[in-house]
Amino acid sequence: MIYLILFYEFFKVGLFSIGGGMATVPFLMELADKYPWFTKQELANMIAISESTPGPIGINMATYAGYQAAGIPGALTATLSLVFPTMVIIILVAKFMSDFSENKYVRAAFYGIRPMIAALIGYAVWQIAVISFADTTSGKAILRFPSILICAAVFALLQIKQLKKLHPIIWIACGAVLGILFQL
Amino acid sequence: MNESKMNKYWELYFTFLKIGGLTFGGGMAMLPMLKREVVENKGWSTEEELLDIYAIGQCTPGVIAVNTSTYIGYQQGGIMGSAAGTLGMITPSLIIITLIATVLKQFMDYPAVLHALSGIRVVVCALMFNTVLSMAKAGIKDLLGTFLFLAGFLLATFSPVPTVILVLCAAVTGILTTVRKEKKAS
Repeated sequence: MIYLILFYEFFKVGLFSIGGGMATVPFLMELADKYPWFTKQELANMIAISESTPGPIGINMATYAGYQAAGIPGALTATLSLVFPTMVIIILVAKFMSDFSENKYVRAAFYGIRPMIAALIGYAVWQIAVISFADTTSGKAILRFPSILICAAVFALLQIKQLKKLHPIIWIACGAVLGILFQL
Repeated sequence: MNESKMNKYWELYFTFLKIGGLTFGGGMAMLPMLKREVVENKGWSTEEELLDIYAIGQCTPGVIAVNTSTYIGYQQGGIMGSAAGTLGMITPSLIIITLIATVLKQFMDYPAVLHALSGIRVVVCALMFNTVLSMAKAGIKDLLGTFLFLAGFLLATFSPVPTVILVLCAAVTGILTTVRKEKKAS
């Protein structure tokens, strides 16, 4: 029963992706390995689309994944399952613990969780890098140097103060143009 | 259900629909829009409260935008209010992404589209790497944090340990170390 599986998987994503949109990506990467709903490549495309369209990234991703898995009902199931644990927890927090983020144990747990979430997003970046930088179509991995150079250049530019504030959509548009120009 | 309550739910729904539909990128990008709609136009919340909700969002699961719509919706109209706000927040994504997913499939055969997407993925890689660096900078406080970060990355990338287990282990490690530090101090 695809809807039950979608519910179970996205409920889990919603429950464990702590600290905002990008935190959903490593969990979705794992789903790409486990189910035929979407490939890692499609997930990477989706991150760009989510950054360039309205709406929270986590929700966009769930909608896309659910749609790929089972059409519009799938999109609804995945998205509602993703927000369900969040809603329950926030309502409990709003009702019983107004000083939740000051709580000693919550802080202690987050002292461990924060570096881990950063590491998991690092894992997602690694996966996208593998797809983008290595050409495996011929059966052997061939490095794509133009892609590596462009990635390094964009990263270097992102460290410049005046460019830091630019909306990601601008970088994504540049990426599309470069991709066509260099036939990446 | 009386009419004024129903009106409140619709108001919550449409306010968050507007916020969800007009902010690109989510999370922090949403803050200025939330401020204008929820604090200035509707008076449902103060700016300080909004920042508190964001702080709670950093340490609760899920998308920050949904944390906000649930919290404010709950304050304004109870559980039904939180459902109305959150449904409003996710409606634009549901419509826009479903449309894009349908359209994208039809364009996937053009080589130019494929090249553009390859270029975009390269940029996404750089953007996300940047996110990882700033999250690591903000989240790693000491040697243990560095260890968790490195171990987490290696285990997630090269071992079959599920990411959910890694998050749970990190939380337990955080709690145990803090408790032990306190015992030593006392």
